[in-house]
Amino acid sequence: MSQPSMSEALRGVVRRDLLLAMRHRSDVAMSVFFVVIVASLFPLGVGPEPAVLRMIASGVLWVTALLACLLSLGRLFTADYLDGVLEQTLLIPQPLAVLVVGKVFSHWVISGLPVVLLSPLLGLQFGLSGDSLVVLTLSLLLGTPTLSMIGAIGAALTLGLRGSGLLVALLVLPLFIPVLIFGAGAVTNSLAGVGSEANLSLLGACFLLSLAFAPWATAVALRIALE
Amino acid sequence: MSNTGINWFKYSSPQAFHLLAGRMIPWFSVVSIGLILIGLYIGFFVAPTDATQGDAYRIIFVHVPAAWMSMFLYVIMAIWAGIGLGLNARPSFMMAQAIAPTGAMFTFLALFTGSMWGKPTWGAWWVWDARLTSELILLFQYIGIILLRSSIDDLRRADRASAVLALVGVVNVPIIYFSVKWWNTLHQGASVSITAAPTMAGTMVTAMLVMMFGFWMYSIAVTLARVRCVIADRERLPSWGKQASMADVAEAR
Repeated sequence: MSQPSMSEALRGVVRRDLLLAMRHRSDVAMSVFFVVIVASLFPLGVGPEPAVLRMIASGVLWVTALLACLLSLGRLFTADYLDGVLEQTLLIPQPLAVLVVGKVFSHWVISGLPVVLLSPLLGLQFGLSGDSLVVLTLSLLLGTPTLSMIGAIGAALTLGLRGSGLLVALLVLPLFIPVLIFGAGAVTNSLAGVGSEANLSLLGACFLLSLAFAPWATAVALRIALE
Repeated sequence: MSNTGINWFKYSSPQAFHLLAGRMIPWFSVVSIGLILIGLYIGFFVAPTDATQGDAYRIIFVHVPAAWMSMFLYVIMAIWAGIGLGLNARPSFMMAQAIAPTGAMFTFLALFTGSMWGKPTWGAWWVWDARLTSELILLFQYIGIILLRSSIDDLRRADRASAVLALVGVVNVPIIYFSVKWWNTLHQGASVSITAAPTMAGTMVTAMLVMMFGFWMYSIAVTLARVRCVIADRERLPSWGKQASMADVAEAR
């Protein structure tokens, strides 16, 4: 039997993870529902003043996306770790970093993409319109994959530890801050009419940087966790 | 290195390093106390009062060296972590572990003195400026590294996991350093650089540099003292500092 190529292995990982997610649809629904509920709490807490809501919209929606990513990080490796699949994955001859990219991609499809697709609707709730809605969606589309990439490092480092859920938040949230600043900044700038290209470019740069380094760091962390 | 007659690799053994560190600590302590006293004297009594900020500016003699050390120590810690991962050397991980709390302390000191300076000068304890935010992230990173290490019971995994985290966080150091150039926000740019003439009085620069070397020596002394504790704790052997006598060993049992 010939060895599968790198792209075949990658596709295999993605297909398996997405298939597993489709078998547990409630998991996906939960992170979507979480985002909707948290985003709806703010107008109730802050008050329905449209000007205020428009001002806080970008920050609130971005923080919500951050939390949604954070909450779903536990699912990234834990199930595989517990049933031993992860150990077998380490033995696959293809580079582990490539397989990690596959896992992170499916994690993003499950937890990040729904938030991106939902964001125009949530933006409307906060009184955003036209250009800012587009920028919000675009910034989330560029930013949430970076969150999944960075989050994977934290998830791998804390794999199987006591209180890993809380620990991963403490490790990963500081590293999320640049993405949050650029993402929310893009929307704020477009509201102010300054143009959001600079912030979007920075988000793109963050994504490329994390794509280059995060899978590799995650692979090292996974090997350390399973030693 | 071979013709110096000293076998440097001897000190990659924790026992030998424990002894060496013990011998070096007094020297570094004395030098650091001396330099810090001199630096504070120049800073508070010799350096002239600033034309626009009055005497409030004098906090920079602590603030700037502390901020430098916070970044510098992070890089050194990451280098030790990298060496540890690359060469699988236990003492490197111990050094990285010993540096983290001192780095966190200097980061906190930089933020604290900065806010003490900010209140009279900017009129606010804290502003969400790029430099301040990235320095705050650095503090979170130090805390995260210390927390990750302490929450893993297996020493080998604790060493290696916190080393990976330290290396990942290096991204933030150039961001802190260049933040005043990249984002033109409230925090002023660097007044001292290697390539250009400093934009402040000579005595001020002297005081700042002397303080920096003082902090540097302090960091070395404290790190060595802490690494001795780490070694003693991990190797669970009594009193390497003095020649361990049989009585000590018996007592430890």
